Amino acid sequence: MDSGLVAIGCSWGGLSAIRRLLGRFSSDFKPAIVIAQHRGVDSSARLLLELLRPSSALPVSEAEDKAPVAGGNVYVAPADYHLLVETDGFALSLEQRVQYSRPSIDVLFESVADVYGEQAVGVVLTGANADGAAGIRAIKHHGGTTLAQDPSTAERAEMPAAAIATGMVDTVATLEAIADHLMEICRPPVQSGGAHA
Amino acid sequence: MPFSQDVETIELELLLEAIHRRYSYDFRDYARGSLKRRLWHRAHAEQLPTLSALQERVLRDPDCMDRLLVDLSINVTSMFRDPGFFAAFRADVVPILRTYPFLRVWNAGCSTGEEVYSMAILLQEEGLYDKARIYATDINERVVARAAAGTFGLDRMREYTSNYMQAGGKESFSSYYTAHEDQVRFDPELTRNVIFAQHNLVSDKSFNEFNVILCRNVMIYFNRTLQEHVHRLFHESLAMFGVLGLGNKESIRFSGHESCYQELHEEQRLYRRVR
Ligand SMILES: C[S@@+](CC[C@H](N)C(=O)[O-])C[C@H]1O[C@@H](n2cnc3c(N)ncnc32)[C@H](O)[C@@H]1O
Repeated sequence: MDSGLVAIGCSWGGLSAIRRLLGRFSSDFKPAIVIAQHRGVDSSARLLLELLRPSSALPVSEAEDKAPVAGGNVYVAPADYHLLVETDGFALSLEQRVQYSRPSIDVLFESVADVYGEQAVGVVLTGANADGAAGIRAIKHHGGTTLAQDPSTAERAEMPAAAIATGMVDTVATLEAIADHLMEICRPPVQSGGAHA
Repeated sequence: MPFSQDVETIELELLLEAIHRRYSYDFRDYARGSLKRRLWHRAHAEQLPTLSALQERVLRDPDCMDRLLVDLSINVTSMFRDPGFFAAFRADVVPILRTYPFLRVWNAGCSTGEEVYSMAILLQEEGLYDKARIYATDINERVVARAAAGTFGLDRMREYTSNYMQAGGKESFSSYYTAHEDQVRFDPELTRNVIFAQHNLVSDKSFNEFNVILCRNVMIYFNRTLQEHVHRLFHESLAMFGVLGLGNKESIRFSGHESCYQELHEEQRLYRRVR
């Protein structure tokens, strides 16, 4: 929990957006990255991981129930479950769909806001619905950081636009600029004496 | 906003304490995230502004507690959910079960029974049903009663048929039920060896020794402490070399009981008790 958590939500067009985004992170990125992507109920986890791994310098895996959330790792929500974080790791739920979605970005973001507070970062990418907007509010409310993909550069503008419409998004940017910004703000403070943060 | 956060946690814990003391339902070690969502869902439905207000109502109004219980038990389920699990069960567990003279299966957290009927059909098709007893239990009496009734929505049969086939089904799925308007009723013969009962994994003890325990997508609602408790219960209740089946995204790896089990399958969450 020390180095914070970056939660990313995406839907329509999400796969190529995530690949581009992950491609920018260097392997020394400290926070855990947790992705809720809307996808088919029976979409194969293995295939998704195979598509993401080559573009990422950080290890990518599917989140499992009760598994610890380890910094420097990328986790993808399993299809057809809600993904939440707890103080001691991931938690899954089969609760009803929220806004027609399971995994729901709002559900993930709200739990991340609760557990990580100011250390939480929420990012809303391309998508054709309004999932993630309530989650952005929750993260902001708990003092975290919020970003959205510039809708004019997104494959589908609705989802980032809905997030921005909350008035609670700190930074609106292209995918590349989002990654660079995250690397910048999540860089451990350089301390005299070289002690590791 | 550190203050409002703290108040909510206090309210939540007091509410769980109140429920435990007044009604003996113990949700204190359920996973907080989804628990909190369900509690707020009830608070909003009752038009109450805080969890403290919900506590007051729940304490004085057993009907409100009933409604909350419905909210807290997440009963989403389906037949042959994760067909690969049932296919692996046929391939890798059935041969083990053939060697037993008698079989006891515990389906813990069976919800409305879809999983029970799936297992009954599988055992029937493998010629094991006659020597089997299936104990189907859940914390929620209402869903257990629905499971025993054996009626399900017609609208889901297409999905279930497809699952059944992917799970290695050997018959025509529709031969197991008869349709009445928008409902189907499963063949009562399928439950002649099933015992339906209410059982709470948090507070009730083991009640038999089993060859198979299925507990899928139930412990995802528990925190680690409670998960450990339930794993202990299962370990005590499972015969040596008996089989434990978990949900597809659950793993024995994150429990203290890992060393008691051997993986039976690379991908499916099927484990054999070895110590
Ligand atoms: C999501 S359903 C899982 C149904 C089925 N096993 C499946 O995987 O499709 C979870 C079930 O666990 C039950 N449950 C929750 N807490 C329980 C407890 N303490 N003891 C027994 N059952 C419990 C709920 O009532 C619910 O029916």
